[in-house]
Amino acid sequence: MTLQSLDPFCTWLAATRISQTIQSVEWIIPAVQTLHILTVAAVVSSVLMIDLRLLGIGPRDQPIAAVARRFLPFIWWSLPILFLTGAVLIVAEPSRALENPVFVLKMGLLILAAGVTLACQIPLRMSDAFWDISASRRRTARLIALSSLPLWVGIIFAGRWIAYVQGT
Amino acid sequence: MRLDTFLQSLQDTSFATAIREDATLFPWIECFHVLALTLVIGSIAIMDLRLLGVASKDRGVAQTAAAVLPVTWTAFALAVLTGSLLFSSNATTYAHNFYFQVKLVLITLAGVNMGVYHLFLDQGVDTWHTAELTPLRARIIGGVSLCLWVGIAACGRWIGFSINTPT
Repeated sequence: MTLQSLDPFCTWLAATRISQTIQSVEWIIPAVQTLHILTVAAVVSSVLMIDLRLLGIGPRDQPIAAVARRFLPFIWWSLPILFLTGAVLIVAEPSRALENPVFVLKMGLLILAAGVTLACQIPLRMSDAFWDISASRRRTARLIALSSLPLWVGIIFAGRWIAYVQGT
Repeated sequence: MRLDTFLQSLQDTSFATAIREDATLFPWIECFHVLALTLVIGSIAIMDLRLLGVASKDRGVAQTAAAVLPVTWTAFALAVLTGSLLFSSNATTYAHNFYFQVKLVLITLAGVNMGVYHLFLDQGVDTWHTAELTPLRARIIGGVSLCLWVGIAACGRWIGFSINTPT
């Protein structure tokens, strides 16, 4: 399946009344993009705070589990806002995103990043000390942090490149 | 006007010309600018929400600042650097753009607000920095900061839409 096969769907969506409204009211797209980017700010900053703690960079007086508990809700509660604002932008200009290989890349990176976040979070449910218990656990925690950071940077970069790469 | 002469010569420098004319340089610098600003705004928001008594309540204000502010300043330096490069590529246009001007004013106000906070931090932080409910003056500063940064992000986006570049 190629992205071009989405052509009829994109054409239909772009012709719907809701899409037409979003396109014609000038402030909607920049306002929704602003909300989208502010929510991205909440996610990546929360991710960075957890990752820095996993790497042992910065203050270490609070255990990993406490830092994770403080910031993980911001990551997960942001996702529905990101999907909603992202969906508005897609409805406004369907082929700009849906037929864009960079958008597909961004979604792939997002799935990986969510997986890495769960890999950090789920073991903490068994024990608050899970990532502190041995040298090998601490190494794995560092590895999780080091794989999480480039994924989120990639998501942000891909997000910006959607504007510059043409849909296929 | 002398400012315009300066902006024109900035725009004529070899690096500004390269950013303007190269197909990928501008978007790549923009990528780093977006990364930097998400970390600036996100880290400041962590601090603001703590000052408002909304989040991180199990952490003191001073402890929160210690963890967050190094991120803020590093990211801010990157945002200024990348923002200056983007600005240079089209300096005369950006300088006259309404949203760009408002953005600079709001960033200045955010800096003043932060300065006011540090004046208070020097005074009474020991007595309230572990309290769940922060004093009214701390909550005002946190709230004002949050509003300013939302405005700064919005202006940044509106610059893109009011100047003829891919958005």
